[in-house]
Amino acid sequence: MSEYRSQRPEARRLKKVFLIAFFLYSVFRILSSSHASDISIHGFLQGNYSFGTTENPDGDDFKWLEERFQLKLDASRGPFHLFIKTDASFGHIDDEADIEIREGYADYTDAKWDLRIGRQIITWGPGDLIFINDVFPKDYEAFFSGRPLEYLKKGIDGIKAGVYPDFASFEIIVIPFFEPNDYPDSKRFFMFDPMPAVTSREENEPSATLENTELALRVYRDIKGFDASLYLYRGYFRKPYMIPDDLINPTKITLRYPELSVYGASLQGRALDGVLSLEAGYYDSREDGGGNDYTVPNSQTKFLIGYQRQFWEDFTVGLQYYGEYMHNYSEYKENQPSGFPLDRRFYQLATIRLTQFLMHQTLKLSFFSFCSPSDGDYMLNPEIKYSFADGIWAAIGGNIFGGGEKWNQFGQLEKNDNIYLQLRYEF
Amino acid sequence: MMRYLIVLAVMLLPLNAFAFTGDEIMKKSQAVFLYPGKDFKARVMMKLISKAGQERIREMAMLRKNYGEAGGDQRYFIYFFQPADVKDMTFMVYKYPAKDDDRWLFVPAINMVRRIAAQDKSSSFVGSDFTYEDISGRDIEDDAHAIIREEKLGERDCYVITSAPKAGDVDYSHKLSWIDKANFLPLKEEYYAKTGEIHRVFTADEIKDVKGFPTVTKRTMKNLKTGHRTEVGFVKTDYDIGIEDSLFSERYLKQAPRKWIE
Repeated sequence: MSEYRSQRPEARRLKKVFLIAFFLYSVFRILSSSHASDISIHGFLQGNYSFGTTENPDGDDFKWLEERFQLKLDASRGPFHLFIKTDASFGHIDDEADIEIREGYADYTDAKWDLRIGRQIITWGPGDLIFINDVFPKDYEAFFSGRPLEYLKKGIDGIKAGVYPDFASFEIIVIPFFEPNDYPDSKRFFMFDPMPAVTSREENEPSATLENTELALRVYRDIKGFDASLYLYRGYFRKPYMIPDDLINPTKITLRYPELSVYGASLQGRALDGVLSLEAGYYDSREDGGGNDYTVPNSQTKFLIGYQRQFWEDFTVGLQYYGEYMHNYSEYKENQPSGFPLDRRFYQLATIRLTQFLMHQTLKLSFFSFCSPSDGDYMLNPEIKYSFADGIWAAIGGNIFGGGEKWNQFGQLEKNDNIYLQLRYEF
Repeated sequence: MMRYLIVLAVMLLPLNAFAFTGDEIMKKSQAVFLYPGKDFKARVMMKLISKAGQERIREMAMLRKNYGEAGGDQRYFIYFFQPADVKDMTFMVYKYPAKDDDRWLFVPAINMVRRIAAQDKSSSFVGSDFTYEDISGRDIEDDAHAIIREEKLGERDCYVITSAPKAGDVDYSHKLSWIDKANFLPLKEEYYAKTGEIHRVFTADEIKDVKGFPTVTKRTMKNLKTGHRTEVGFVKTDYDIGIEDSLFSERYLKQAPRKWIE
């Protein structure tokens, strides 16, 4: 069992200050160098507003209400490349300004290998908003509250090495600093809580030690026209699990991230007049071999089948079917404390995506839906996006949740329907 | 001896008079228009111009490599400079004449490479008036080609070829092409709608010699129905530059190599 310590806000702030200082120094070094060659600066101004159709738990009406300025700095010199993407935002709900380094890394590129060090976004697997082997951190609050899709992905602070011999390509990722998923804020979102009366909560993240360092490996190559990948991961669940100090009279809940290993594979290629995707993964919950410990999840096998096809010009349909099978289910059932909801042995989820471009691809109508055949809950996301001119666009959409039980993934979000507006000027 | 020569000359005469069939001309045209060199690069500036005059820019670096003979497989690598919302996006196509393409798109904001469905080669390329087929060519075997006349287009002597799709897989009934007799480049094409009117018109507006390959460096496709048109200019065009096979890979889609992207 690894050692945990709580990462206090001050520690996070310190890490942030350190990162900003490091990158400002790097920028300064590159800009001041007399041979600096390629430097480009781009970014955007954005307004992002999301109106909840039901009042939030704290009485507010908005799920998201902010203006944001992003600056992307790209600098290259010989085999070196530096990229920094910084967001400055002002949120009106809490009247708070924030500066955030979304990505900030240095690359070194050689003929047969490369290296990327710093904060970077990594996306693995062929799934469309369903992630099996993409074990990297995500921001579900952003996703559910109508922010642009790119805010679903959070960067990792680590090192990625790429090695490219002729027979296959390798991505090796080392993450010393654990980063959990972000879930919706309980002030803005109604969500299921099995122990709402216990307000004393402590979050324990894996500390940044050598032993706790996360490792991820992807090996990929072409197999008869299909993109084939193998994945390995050794790290942690990014979703916290609750441990009450006492089951009968709990006074305090500790949130922790159990140990996880994932072994998986995926295939994607042209088939049946469309694109076919297959993905599977075994989630080895390393702290719960027998399924007897209710404070850690059981091991699971997850799989995904996806199919995408263009039916007529600029109209594409994407369908996915996803299944999650829990191992040692009878042990799980026996040990789950009463009052806690019981997960199914076999969880299923289906998605549909419809996309139609019009007016020289400047107008995009889209519809995406999650729907669980096993739990009966759903999420619907219709959206209209229009590009007024090069680099100026607006999107209006909605997130609608419902069905199932009050603890299901989308069912618990039933009272959080929202209508959002995204406006952006990119330069 | 003289007698044999005369016989030979007589035998050659009619052959010479009908030197090429429509198929042969279109094959030659495809080779010089879409397959010159072992590989090719250009910085492509596309202007999408609406009937009302509103312009949108699509600026990209395009790299191509041939695999096999003219008319065979090709690979394309495209990097977008403009507009700003697609900057750093890359797009890769493995083109096969007899079957559907393989296409991949890289979305930099989430660092994701994704295959995209590509059944319809007559779909618009990035919203322009050009289709995927206009960019990378259509299989010669898919159409029945015939010479209908020979005429001058401006100063140039041309063959006028009609090409009718053998299967009803496209939204036009046939195409007329004005093929320059001297270099076999298409100088003009008219796409006829099934109703008989001209739907789209292609014109080669500027031709330059690049490393001995006559190259259409300015072209326009105009949609007569909507009044929308797309003007394309090639700069920094080059051939036989030694593009490696490894360029056409996920690795470089995610990190476009600066030596080729300019």
